[in-house]
Amino acid sequence: MTRRTRSTAPAATTAASAPDTAPVLGLVRALRAAGLRADTTRALAFTDALAAVDAPARADRVYWAGRLTLCSTRAELDVYDACFAAYFGASPPAPRPALPVPARRRLTALLGPGGGEQGGDDGPEAHRPAAASGTEVLRTADLGLLGEEERAEAARLVSLIAADPPRRPARRTAPARRGRLDPRRTLAAAARTDGEPVRLSYRGRTDRPRKVVVLVDVSGSMAPYAEPLLRLAHVLVRGHPGATEVFSVGTRLTRLTRELSAADPARALRAAGAAVPDWRGGTRLGEELKEFLDLYGSRGAARGAVVLIASDGWERGDASLLGGQMARLSRLAHRIVWANPHKGQAGYRPRAAGMAAALPHIDDFVPGHSLEALQRLARAVARGRAEGGGARA
Amino acid sequence: MGAIGAPGTGPDDPETLAALLDDQGYLADDGAATACFLALRMQRPLFLEGDAGVGKTELARALAGVLGAPLIRLQCYEGIDASQALYDWDHPRQLLHLRAVQASSAAPGGAEELEAGMYDRRYLRARPLLRALEESAPGRPAVLLIDEIDRADDEFEAFLLEFLSDFAISVPELGTVRAAAPPAVVLTSNRTREVHDALKRRCLYHWTPHPSFEREAAIIARRRPEAAERLVREVAAAAQRLRDPAASGIDLLKPPGVAETIDWTAALTALGATALDPGAAARTLGALVKHRDDVDAVRDRLSALLNGGGADAAGAARAPGAEHAARTAARARP
Repeated sequence: MTRRTRSTAPAATTAASAPDTAPVLGLVRALRAAGLRADTTRALAFTDALAAVDAPARADRVYWAGRLTLCSTRAELDVYDACFAAYFGASPPAPRPALPVPARRRLTALLGPGGGEQGGDDGPEAHRPAAASGTEVLRTADLGLLGEEERAEAARLVSLIAADPPRRPARRTAPARRGRLDPRRTLAAAARTDGEPVRLSYRGRTDRPRKVVVLVDVSGSMAPYAEPLLRLAHVLVRGHPGATEVFSVGTRLTRLTRELSAADPARALRAAGAAVPDWRGGTRLGEELKEFLDLYGSRGAARGAVVLIASDGWERGDASLLGGQMARLSRLAHRIVWANPHKGQAGYRPRAAGMAAALPHIDDFVPGHSLEALQRLARAVARGRAEGGGARA
Repeated sequence: MGAIGAPGTGPDDPETLAALLDDQGYLADDGAATACFLALRMQRPLFLEGDAGVGKTELARALAGVLGAPLIRLQCYEGIDASQALYDWDHPRQLLHLRAVQASSAAPGGAEELEAGMYDRRYLRARPLLRALEESAPGRPAVLLIDEIDRADDEFEAFLLEFLSDFAISVPELGTVRAAAPPAVVLTSNRTREVHDALKRRCLYHWTPHPSFEREAAIIARRRPEAAERLVREVAAAAQRLRDPAASGIDLLKPPGVAETIDWTAALTALGATALDPGAAARTLGALVKHRDDVDAVRDRLSALLNGGGADAAGAARAPGAEHAARTAARARP
């Protein structure tokens, strides 16, 4: 209700033309060209809104009528402002304060890597008995430093990791031993016993599989770890069929879910290996993540999912892009688990620019360098639900 | 397309509505007033998105005040289900009814009538969505606030979508409950999660920004009339700087919302402060920032913050027009 004085001057030029449909459609078309979803429903709402605010008489209201009906995210508002200015040759009436949206950060960022991890990374190493069995040693050995024979044995052991699929609460209830009283069944039973509710029946909340998305970095710096990680992805796909999606990232985004669905680990891995075009290439994590979100994530693959990203965070591209995409992902996903093999090394700090940019958006930051670490990783995925209540407050 | 003024209710234009919201103690800017106006006029749900503490819930409350209607609030959370959102049968009373009929051993109409008696409207406990339908009357819609929709899950969104398009709830034992007039619906989201586009498409979308300096000072003065004017202006200026990392040099985890600045003013006033001095500010900082690290960061730079953030002393008073023109120009270039 303030500052109208400033806006009337430029807006006056639009007064004559705003109400008829041609400019309206023009603005909608311009917005679509700029990437907004301004669909027919929204366009119709826009024309309704124009009528409602009495646009012919009050051209200054066209801005708000359009903004309220045609936009649906904060990010779209700037595009809208630009299109509006370009189209009507008028600046939007009231400036929004140019406050940056605070990036969501969590305490993990402040604690630093390992600072908040329970158990600690070097725990098992420190307590390893002197005469450990061969398997025991293999369990904690860095997968990147294994010989040929040990590698094969490790691969076999990875496939034995039990993948407990994460669940999420569903809206439906089912008869259960505990929970809320089920009046329907209780009363039905009571009718059979002369109206006497001898046995009380209950209904409990059901749950459903939670989606899992696995993104495995197959770039050069991840070479020794990519194979065991894909094996783990295979375990997850097999243990959680229909709810797991696997992609490889590097310089290209490749969907590997179908390849990894084969029952035999060796066959699945061969198929996946053949499907990935960019083994041991570079990393463009930010762009890949954007592609994943554009193509799959925002269409539902990442919504409410546990997202596992296995990468060392060496980003060739602009790390700020990765940070932005991680923020986007964190708003879609239920939890983000990031496995970084280098985290298993003593004295590791997340110095890689990509890692530092991604860190604030990660819920579980775990190593992924040994069999034991992979097992912990599988558990972190299975946990699915944040301990102690809601996902992220 | 509805003729102007026909379908909905409420004031005749956004300015009138803004004045009415003002009477309710809510200082609405152009966007908020137009959003509420269109929501009433077009009978569309209003989707309010914005950082926590910018007054989204408060707007719904004020809107209910303007309409003289009840505010019915549904707080969302993961796993929310129909019995918490729609209705629930009052089973103990149903059982009591059953027993009462048995005790009187009258059983006038046999089993069927007995059952009909059990599933009477009196034994139905209405939850927020059903209440909103029942309490909406033509000319006086109830205001249904669906708070923090971003916390609910996909199924609940899909279910809401259905509810918002039909404004009807079917109770198998009773039949369908339909609203005499659709309630005014306000959905809020803190944007912790992206809400599904299908739901947004049905709504008017309004991004609720943090208020400008002038408006924030006016809001604080309105809510805490006992506070000294100088204190109010200084608090508002400090809050504006805190939200702008470039001006304050402090990048907060959770910048304060209006709710926090009002609290802070109240705390300072309670200590007898009439201006913002470093001592009182440091002691009451907990009312403004609620993260340990934020408190430390602000405390370290407190004097700079109170003295106008050094270089950018005019941070809050920066001419909005000039800044805006610059932004528009920058955007128009590509």
